Amino acid sequence: MKLFHKIRRTGIVTEPLSVDGADDVVLAREIDARARSLFGRALAIREVDAGSCNGCEVEIAGLSGPVYDMERFGLHFVASPRHADMLLVTGPVTRNMAVPLRMTYDATPDPKLVVAVGDCARTCGVFAGSYAVVGPVDSIIPVDVTVGGCPPEPTQILHGILAAIGRFERGGARRA
Amino acid sequence: MDPLMTDALVIAAQTAFLIVIAPAVVGYVRLIKARLQGRRGATIIQPYRELRKTFRKGMVIAESASWIFHVAPFAIVGATTAAASLAPVVSTVQPADLVGDLFVLAALLMLGTFFLALGGLDPGTAFGGMGSSREMTVAALTEPTIAIAVLTLALTTGSTSLGAITGTVLKTPAYAIGPGHALAFAAFLIALIAETGRLPVDNPSTHLELTMIHEAMILEYSGPYLALIEWAAAVRLTLLLTLAANLFLPWGMATSLVPAALTVGLCAIVVKLAILGMLLALLETRVAKLRLFRVPELLALSFTLALLGAASSFFTK
Amino acid sequence: MLGAFALGAVAALVLPLGAFVRRTALVFAAIGSACALALSVSVLRAGATWTGRWDNLLQPLGGVSLRLDSLGAFFLLIIGFTGLPASLFAIGYLKQIDRHMRSRATHTLFNVFLASMCMVTCADNGGTFLFAWEVMAVASYLLVISDPEQRDAPTAGLWYAVMTHAGFLALLAGFIILAQGGSWEFPALHSASTLLAPRARGAVFVLMAAAFGSKAGLVPLHVWLPRAHPAAPSHVSALMSAAMVNLGVYGLVRLVFDLLPPGPPWWGGLLLGIGVITALTGVLYCVAETHLKRVLAYSTVENLGLVFIGLGFALLMRGYGYGPLASMGLVAALLHTLNHAAFKCLLFLAAGSVVHRTRNVSMEMFGGLIKRMPATAMLSLVGTLALAGLPPLNGFPSEWLTFQVLVAGAQRTAPALAILLPLALAGVALVAGLAALSGVRLFGITFLALPRSTGAQHAQESTWMMVLAMAIPAVACVVLGVAPASVIPQLSRIASDLGQPTGPLSAGLALSVPLVASRMWAAMIAAVAVSAGVAAALVVRISGRDRPVRVGAAWNCGRIIQSARSEYTAAAFAEPLKRVFTGFYRPMQEVTVDVHPTSRYFVRSIRLRADLVPWMDEVVYGPLVRATRGVSDRMRQLHSGSIHFYLALLPGALLLLFVISRWIR
Repeated sequence: MKLFHKIRRTGIVTEPLSVDGADDVVLAREIDARARSLFGRALAIREVDAGSCNGCEVEIAGLSGPVYDMERFGLHFVASPRHADMLLVTGPVTRNMAVPLRMTYDATPDPKLVVAVGDCARTCGVFAGSYAVVGPVDSIIPVDVTVGGCPPEPTQILHGILAAIGRFERGGARRA
Repeated sequence: MDPLMTDALVIAAQTAFLIVIAPAVVGYVRLIKARLQGRRGATIIQPYRELRKTFRKGMVIAESASWIFHVAPFAIVGATTAAASLAPVVSTVQPADLVGDLFVLAALLMLGTFFLALGGLDPGTAFGGMGSSREMTVAALTEPTIAIAVLTLALTTGSTSLGAITGTVLKTPAYAIGPGHALAFAAFLIALIAETGRLPVDNPSTHLELTMIHEAMILEYSGPYLALIEWAAAVRLTLLLTLAANLFLPWGMATSLVPAALTVGLCAIVVKLAILGMLLALLETRVAKLRLFRVPELLALSFTLALLGAASSFFTK
Repeated sequence: MLGAFALGAVAALVLPLGAFVRRTALVFAAIGSACALALSVSVLRAGATWTGRWDNLLQPLGGVSLRLDSLGAFFLLIIGFTGLPASLFAIGYLKQIDRHMRSRATHTLFNVFLASMCMVTCADNGGTFLFAWEVMAVASYLLVISDPEQRDAPTAGLWYAVMTHAGFLALLAGFIILAQGGSWEFPALHSASTLLAPRARGAVFVLMAAAFGSKAGLVPLHVWLPRAHPAAPSHVSALMSAAMVNLGVYGLVRLVFDLLPPGPPWWGGLLLGIGVITALTGVLYCVAETHLKRVLAYSTVENLGLVFIGLGFALLMRGYGYGPLASMGLVAALLHTLNHAAFKCLLFLAAGSVVHRTRNVSMEMFGGLIKRMPATAMLSLVGTLALAGLPPLNGFPSEWLTFQVLVAGAQRTAPALAILLPLALAGVALVAGLAALSGVRLFGITFLALPRSTGAQHAQESTWMMVLAMAIPAVACVVLGVAPASVIPQLSRIASDLGQPTGPLSAGLALSVPLVASRMWAAMIAAVAVSAGVAAALVVRISGRDRPVRVGAAWNCGRIIQSARSEYTAAAFAEPLKRVFTGFYRPMQEVTVDVHPTSRYFVRSIRLRADLVPWMDEVVYGPLVRATRGVSDRMRQLHSGSIHFYLALLPGALLLLFVISRWIR
């Protein structure tokens, strides 16, 4: 019962999406028009950790929390790439995760989108040149949107995802 | 109008209602849960958008899959629709009583589970087999509870047919508040949670495969097959909630096929679904998922409740 | 009919070895089965009985007298109906033993087996009945041990022989008590039994129910079944499971409803309780076993348990004086017997196909057969759906009817049964659920996913004759599932012929039980389900013109290799259930850790052996076997080798006989 008292006291804490998170979002290529029309209102996201330090994961976990609440935009996480429309990839792609990342991409049905989150996913970040790292995400699978930052804030990640499906909220994303 | 045509129309209308409103029920429960978690959440119609999007997506079929993989979603849809056609939704005048009773409904739901389990085993993945094994075990262990709950209802109302049960309970409210029915209702609710895969038996939104029961079987499905299976799961939830509401608390149901009474019945079922959905959301927020090997204990509890209900029905006859 | 079997047997003995003798003998067996089928259908249709009497044959046993009434005709129908596919199947299946000497024996015995089973259903005389019973037992025993490749066949045969002969002795004792020194003709026994004291009647019931129950596979007398059925060749197993065990049911029904007058309720209560225990035991072991044919054998135990639940209920209701309910229970039991015969025959033939082609018996070695043996897989799916008791196939109507009669009985009977009938209902429901579990496991592990052994990988489809033989019971499964009401009038007439008032069980398009105001219109349910599925398929098809569909690797969480090792095994599938019922299974687990002699931290190998030992055999039969062995060892001391002792035994025996005969006089 104390749980329900606490729930009542806390109330709804979701914040409206702020505009200034869209700076570091880069559209890597033209978004497929079919994907854009299909995924405008409902998007299933599969998160793939290709060897990241989990900093980006913590921020992504915040996306499904009360403050950033991605469900209000129709986004939700799924358990299998077969159910997914978008792959949210983090991490410099390590040697061990190169093939699984490719297999995950192949397992996802078409049409699909890929968003690379974090500096590591964009350019291998601080791990660039390491013997354990193969290359950034776009050396393994084609990427649609990159979101920079180490780690990027949930707002920025949200902007990246929304840019991928063509829904900008009062602000635009830079084109590559 | 020709009575046969009226009957067919009534059955078709009730089935169509259940089919159409099912995703909204799921969306409603999700919305309540989101609000309880302090989030805004998606709207009630979000599941419709998701189903539409999933239906239009492409598919990837595993090369180890056989024709069972392709047939299973349609078999599940067929079985769930047939079960839904038997449920009393708005009126106690149930032409579907001529087609089947509560045992038939339970068997049709089991038929759907059978094909879902086969679809999980077909691609030959480890998690598919795990999901099938767990799902069939839980389904098998809820069968005695449902049978005894039906027996309790039959003992007081004199029939196992759904329309007849709702009609008799409506006419004699004393049954509904009797110990037999109350215990059977509690047992039925626990069985409902087990059959539809909600917390505390199974978490419908988990991503950890080792905690999955239902989700593990559908990890391999995509595109329209996935949409059909998700929709059938929603219909199953709505169907069982409707049964819980109308078999045990049938007030508001129409006793004749007069349009005014039918409208009242429609509003009544919507209200009852809303209340039951809210209770389900509150329960799912309050409890954590049970360990898989503690689930049989929960099911044994529901069986004991049902048995007590049946015994008390004997002695209060 | 019997002539056809005789010809087949003789042909097998006389003709030279080769394909021709196999085909001739088995074709005659098939013809004989068809004649049995035709005869039984004509008796059931016309309602007339068929009699025959030969006083000069078997004179010490009172001559051979045969009478085929509706009850016997029903069981003859089942025998003919399962004999036909089994014979056709064997034409392809036994091709491999054409060159061996034992093929003669196998074909002869097969014909003799079928003939003796037919005679059991027609027997009108205690002597004829026992003669046919014994011939059936001996023929099936020889067939069980006929395959030298089965290593456990001799032991299985031994268990079977001992138990069936123990049953025979019990039957003999029962008949002796029943006849009270008079004629052994069944009509005479019927009138003589009214003169028996109630305690004697109870003794006859217990003795003969034990014998018939052992043949039918009731716990704890079922132990021969999971040993003998898997060891026999598959077409013989099909006959044993689908026809011979039903003769136990036939004997019991004949005894209780025809020979003996109505008995006290405890007869029914006993059978009901044993039926529930049997059904639960059968299904729990069916779920846990990995030997394919043993799974099916335990499923036979389970289904016979369900039949005895119906029978026990009927007796119970008759004991309390509720005639209509009793007849409904009897109809439910007979319907389930028929349905079980159909799908069990199908499944054993399919199992024979699979075992034959993959050269393996364990389910852990199968997999992927749906792509290599598509017709067998399709027919097995029909059989498995029936085994799981799911609509619209034929396992469901009889289960549904059993549920309904139990509910009807619970509604109308005294609080004395307030706990027994709900528990029985719960037991039946649990059995139904677990049967579905075993069905998924049986079909899924055997046919789906990837092959788990080279045998499964190189399997090929069976010959068209074998597939045809499997298709016959499959069609019956579908027809009986979609239109169960078509056989209800005949079954009700059997019940009324046995003297039960007709219960309110109407047929027509739907099965309906007015006592609980419930109906089941199987055809409509099937129609709705199929049309909904087809409609969904059409929608997907039509809307999918520009939908990208690819074939790819199965999603294994990104692991590099997918192999058969990553699939679920049969033992793993049953694991959650085995944990729930650990107290029942008492699983045995043996872990052997082999360490390096220098230090126990260097582990060289770990060996785990997990096995399911049927503890019931040890608990119930272990002491019996040990006692017998002890007695035999003591008796061996009589073989002292001294000829004086042996000679002294002769006059001693004569003296004893003299004293006994004086005493009897």
